[in-house]
Amino acid sequence: MSGYLSGDPATLMEAIPYCRHLGITASVKDGALLLTMPFVQHLIGNPALPALHGGVIGSLLETAAIAQVIYETRPERLPKPVDITVDYLRSGRAVDSFARARIARQGKRVVNVHAEMWQEDEAKPVAALRGHLLL
Amino acid sequence: MSDAPEWLKHAKKHMNLTPYLAGIGGEIVEVGTPAVARVPYSDKLIGDPETGVVHGGVITGLLDHTSGLAVMVKLREPMPIATLDLRIDYMRPAKPHQDIFAECVCVRVTHEVAFVRGTAHQGDANDPIALCTGAFMIIRGGVHGIPVTPA
Repeated sequence: MSGYLSGDPATLMEAIPYCRHLGITASVKDGALLLTMPFVQHLIGNPALPALHGGVIGSLLETAAIAQVIYETRPERLPKPVDITVDYLRSGRAVDSFARARIARQGKRVVNVHAEMWQEDEAKPVAALRGHLLL
Repeated sequence: MSDAPEWLKHAKKHMNLTPYLAGIGGEIVEVGTPAVARVPYSDKLIGDPETGVVHGGVITGLLDHTSGLAVMVKLREPMPIATLDLRIDYMRPAKPHQDIFAECVCVRVTHEVAFVRGTAHQGDANDPIALCTGAFMIIRGGVHGIPVTPA
């Protein structure tokens, strides 16, 4: 088993170059995994608003889903996304973002995961993801 | 084929300056039908440090960006758009050290909503990495962020 898959979530994020590029960090808060993505300029998709790029939002949610599955199932390999659907609920503003995920159903090979992203108010999600990952 | 409206032809350079796209090293290749964008392989895009395979989020980002561009190609005047939803089906992992292309077509524009289909591939569109389906809100009367005159 690779070290970064068995260690703590913070180590996992540091081991993945694209997560470092986006500045995503992970921590465990009250027994649950929480991902944080501090605002930086290169996350912007629309400078006029300004708003986070939809791809950044999708990336954070997909990362939350993967991290949650690793955290709960301790797989030997990185889970592979099969499909994801992202619903964009609000514009992502130029502030810090947070995400968490939960496993809706775990089979032997496939996991169904739901993830949500929010900014200042967890009750007002910016985007939601549903997806399947292959273990 | 560049069937882009006049206002958008001047916007390519500006749109390549989108901070996220520039940050991943991506660029717009074709403002037309299909709309095409490309991101060269680089270490900072890796999602699996064991295999060097690019993070799925990069594919999502490139497809989202190119889908938005495909919608704009169909708009006769500049209007802001917003992604409503995006579904990505990952057919296979992207091969390391190869460029990734996204090719998207806006299939239909209604008064409020535009529908897009897209493909991500590594040079052969018949061997896709991922397929996408997206819906975009068209915000008529909104203020567009893209300058419509030549820089």
